[in-house]
Amino acid sequence: MTEKPAMATLPPPDVMVTDMTKRFGALVALDAVSVHFESGTFHALLGENGAGKSTLVKCLMGYYQADEGDISVNGVTQHVTNPRHAHHLGLGMVYQHFTLVPSMTVAENLVLGEEGLPSVINWKEHLEILEAFMQSMPFRLDLNRPVSSLAAGEKQKLEILKQLHLGSRFLILDEPTSVLTPDEADQILGLMQQLTDENRISVVMITHKLREVEAYANEVSVLRNGRLAGQGYVKDLTHADLIRMMIGSEKVSKPAVRTEASRREIAFEIRNLVVGNDKGLTAVSDASLQVKEGEIVGIAGVSGNGQTELVEALSGQRDEESGEIFVRGMKYGKTRSEMREFGINMLPEDPLNNSCVREMTVAENLAIRNFDQPPTTYAGCLINRGAVRRHGRDLIERFRIKTQGPDVRIETLSGGNVQRTVLARELAGDVEVLIVQNPCFGLDLNAVAEIRNRIMEARNGGATILLISEDLDEILELADRIIVMFEGHFVFETSREKADVHEIGRHMASHV
Amino acid sequence: MTDGGDLGWWGVLIAVMGGAIRVSTPYLFVSLGETLTEKGGRVNLGLEGILVMGAMSGYGTAVVTGEPWLGVIVAGCAGSALALLHGLICNLTRVNDIAVGISLFIFGTGLAFFLGKPFINPSAPRLPHLELGAWSTYPQVRSALEINALFIIGVVLAFALAWGLKNMKWGLILRTVGDSTEAATALGYSVNWVRTMGTVAGGFLSGVGGSFLSLYYPGTWNEGLSSGQGLMAVALVIFARWNPIYCFYVSLLFGGATALGPALQTVGITSNYYLYGAAPYFLTLGLLIYSSSTKHSLAGAPGEVSISR
Repeated sequence: MTEKPAMATLPPPDVMVTDMTKRFGALVALDAVSVHFESGTFHALLGENGAGKSTLVKCLMGYYQADEGDISVNGVTQHVTNPRHAHHLGLGMVYQHFTLVPSMTVAENLVLGEEGLPSVINWKEHLEILEAFMQSMPFRLDLNRPVSSLAAGEKQKLEILKQLHLGSRFLILDEPTSVLTPDEADQILGLMQQLTDENRISVVMITHKLREVEAYANEVSVLRNGRLAGQGYVKDLTHADLIRMMIGSEKVSKPAVRTEASRREIAFEIRNLVVGNDKGLTAVSDASLQVKEGEIVGIAGVSGNGQTELVEALSGQRDEESGEIFVRGMKYGKTRSEMREFGINMLPEDPLNNSCVREMTVAENLAIRNFDQPPTTYAGCLINRGAVRRHGRDLIERFRIKTQGPDVRIETLSGGNVQRTVLARELAGDVEVLIVQNPCFGLDLNAVAEIRNRIMEARNGGATILLISEDLDEILELADRIIVMFEGHFVFETSREKADVHEIGRHMASHV
Repeated sequence: MTDGGDLGWWGVLIAVMGGAIRVSTPYLFVSLGETLTEKGGRVNLGLEGILVMGAMSGYGTAVVTGEPWLGVIVAGCAGSALALLHGLICNLTRVNDIAVGISLFIFGTGLAFFLGKPFINPSAPRLPHLELGAWSTYPQVRSALEINALFIIGVVLAFALAWGLKNMKWGLILRTVGDSTEAATALGYSVNWVRTMGTVAGGFLSGVGGSFLSLYYPGTWNEGLSSGQGLMAVALVIFARWNPIYCFYVSLLFGGATALGPALQTVGITSNYYLYGAAPYFLTLGLLIYSSSTKHSLAGAPGEVSISR
């Protein structure tokens, strides 16, 4: 650490937030929240989506200006006006979505944010400084690799290294483990814990995963609906305490009930499927699998290992290079008439972009599968708008979609309700095969439970289900059989009964 | 070129190579300009208008002052001004850079024709060139090795830009903004400002490219001066993979294709003259088909450029 001697001597910043309130129009996103982030602690901000965690840290980082309340750093009240200002105070944030420049190397990304970067960069000198910096860190990366070739865990490490290199001593991590394997997550959080224990940095981790809070954090503050629902030392709180603070008095729906289905015939089969990605490289290589009626097959894996390309190939959004798909022994060519004949339904990831028409209304989106069939169509070509609206209203009610009515544009709905809308449409008709990808991404606990219940009900009713998810807990809860996907290959398969988290996690990270 | 007969087909080759150097200069400047603009994440399709405007303003300045180099600088400034317009309009939310570019193309050419009417007749002093072929007794070789000064500047510039994009602060910032808006915002850079500056710098180079047309080759000002070099440069940049040094090579290729028709004429092949004249357009089409694919996106494309998404 030749260039930043301060890091070794001064303690990390001590940050105090007092009575902070932030409103967006009529919505109170943050209501008089006070938190003390002590120097050198690992502090978790726990809460469900929309609880106000992100708003709180964005006010701290100067992205938003709080309407009321104070921020003080090392006892001095600060009015943080922009992220640059926050950097000067030693505050840095690692975002949930990577903010690295994909076409640049690790070294270029590290140099980019430096204060007072000279107009001509002496790469030889900079590489030496960066090499020395890497040596002082508990984890290292090759400086000359392009970021686009890094795995998700390595990108996360680079984001953290970048903040440390810029001199941030107070690191805010926004859902840092959402794209990592369990082992990668443990490794990174362990390193953060090590750095806080050595009193080199303070860490604030935004999360909704209780396990991470219990295993790594010293202190926790729980937010619910913009209010502080509780805080304290992790060692003083039980698991039940944390859950109660997080969801309050609301009842959590029970986990899905699995009935013992008599497994019947193979209904869906993929044979030797090869799919390329946008760069022309092979994303799915020689994948084969069979799914029976009344069975959920879960495909686990870290994001970016070919799942998206696999789903796009199954949905007809992407042509496969070779291989075949069969439904009930017949070749499936992904045409609309085949989808209808075989009863194939899909809930892809990012449903607003992948299976909705943004500009159309909720009712129209709900009718996309069947608008050209009676009763929504008469005389073969005229659409009965009344029937479309009735059909929409019926599904909105049955699936409890929160919308101002069937006639508002779908893009005005929240993420969870878009998800519900698509699920309603796909489950409404005659479901024989259902392909779902990350169905609960970004939803709150109750919505998650409800959607998982719907999927389980469809299974219990005899549907053939392929579930592709980055959330291993979801796979373990729902799937009858688990397949792990790594770098485009199906590398591991296990039954529900024999599933072992650590074994699955190992396969998610490499060929073993 | 009177006794082209002695050299036969060699004469054609020499004429194509000489033509490549001569004709490639505007392609080179415009494609370097477009590379800067696109590296910042925007496409400026108005470069054709900027090119024509540069040709007119450069020629006009040279006629009035008698100073061709002053004309080059004025052409660059006129190009920057038009590009600034593009940049500022695109800074508004929900404005499409392609649509703005097309209007700028029409606006720029129209404005140049309107303002350039008085300069159609007077003749301006030409830009200087180097006689690198003085050792040869063949007039064809001597003519082919008349290297114009702007070409040399352009070549140096191509290598300088390639170096600068890697080793200079502005290069890193420009690439960051062009590749990931999120990353640039998180680093505290103003995306709109950087993109506008990239567009303005690109406009300057395109304007200079235009001044070459009117001040060196063909060396006059009229309304049919440009034959779409500004538009073809956009295709050229895609084929050059946004790399300034490749821009240089691809400009030579396009220059050679343009010089094919006149070169064949020197050995007496005059049939199909217009067909050979269309060679650069065929080349553009062919290269675009070759470099595109339904299966994968363009390698090397800046992530934020609308044509690569």
